[in-house]
Amino acid sequence: MSLSANDKANVTAIWKKILPKSDDIGDQALSRMLTVYPQTKTYFAHFADLSPGSPQVRKHGDIIMNKIDDCVNHMDDLFPYLSGLSDLHATKLRIDPANFKILAHNLLVVVAAYLPNDFTPEVHLSVDKFLQQVALALAEKYR
Amino acid sequence: MVEWTDFERETIKSIFGKLDYDDVGLAALCRCLVVYPWTQRYFGNFGKLYNADAINANPMVAAHGKVVLNGLDKAVKNLDNIKGTYTELSVLHSEKLRVDPDNFRLLADCLTIVVAARMGADFTAEVQAAFQKFLAVVVSSLCRQYH
Repeated sequence: MSLSANDKANVTAIWKKILPKSDDIGDQALSRMLTVYPQTKTYFAHFADLSPGSPQVRKHGDIIMNKIDDCVNHMDDLFPYLSGLSDLHATKLRIDPANFKILAHNLLVVVAAYLPNDFTPEVHLSVDKFLQQVALALAEKYR
Repeated sequence: MVEWTDFERETIKSIFGKLDYDDVGLAALCRCLVVYPWTQRYFGNFGKLYNADAINANPMVAAHGKVVLNGLDKAVKNLDNIKGTYTELSVLHSEKLRVDPDNFRLLADCLTIVVAARMGADFTAEVQAAFQKFLAVVVSSLCRQYH
C-alpha cells in the first residue's frame, strides 16, 4: 500500500494546517493513547506522571510529532531517513509495532477533531497510508 | 458481564442522543469504504462505489449507514445486555453475510473519527475512552456467534 502522488499531495496539504497546532496535536494524541489504551502505559513506567497534561507526556508528544512532521518532508525516502530511529526502536525501545497503529489511530482522531472540514475521507485515507509507511519504516530493523 | 461506570453510561447516551443518525451513518460507512476499500467486497450490489464522491452520493450507502446506526442504538438502550441484544445479528453477520470480524473494528474506528469530527473539543480523552469501550463491546458481541 505505497504512497501515490495524490497521497503525498494530500498529506503535504493537510500538514500545512497541522503544523501550527503540532504541539497540541502531538500532546493530545499521546495523552489519548495512554488514556484509551492503558496497556501502552507499560512503555512509560519511567515517567513520574502519566496524567493528561503532564509535562513529561507533553514533551514526549512534541518529540514524536516533530519527527512525524519531518517525515512529511521525507516521504520519498522514509526508510533511509528513519533508519537510525528504527535501530533505536528495535534494539533499545523494543516497542511492539502494534502500538504504532494505536498511536496512528489516536493521531487521526485528534486531526479529525481539530480539522473536521479538511479531514475528508480521501485525506484520511492518504494520512492513514502515510502513518502506516512511517510505522513500517520504524519496524524495519526489528528482525 | 460488562461493568459500566456512571460516567460511561451518561457519556454513551449523551453522544448518541446528539448524533444525527442519517448524517453520521452515511459519513462513517462512506469513510470505511474509502479508507479501507477492501470492505467494498460486501456491497457488490450497491452499484456506484468507484470513488469517494460516488460512495457519498450513493443512496444505498446512506440507507445502510442508517441501518448500522439504528443497530447501535439498540445497544445504547440495552447497555447491560449487549451480548443478548446482538445474538441474532451476530448469527446473521457470520452465517449469511460472512463478514470478516476485523471489518467491524475498521468501521468502529471510522465511526470514532466521524464522532470526533462532529464533537471537536467535547470529544475529550475520557469521552473517547467510554465511546471506544462501548464499540469494543459491540464488536465483541457481534463476533460472539462466529465459529
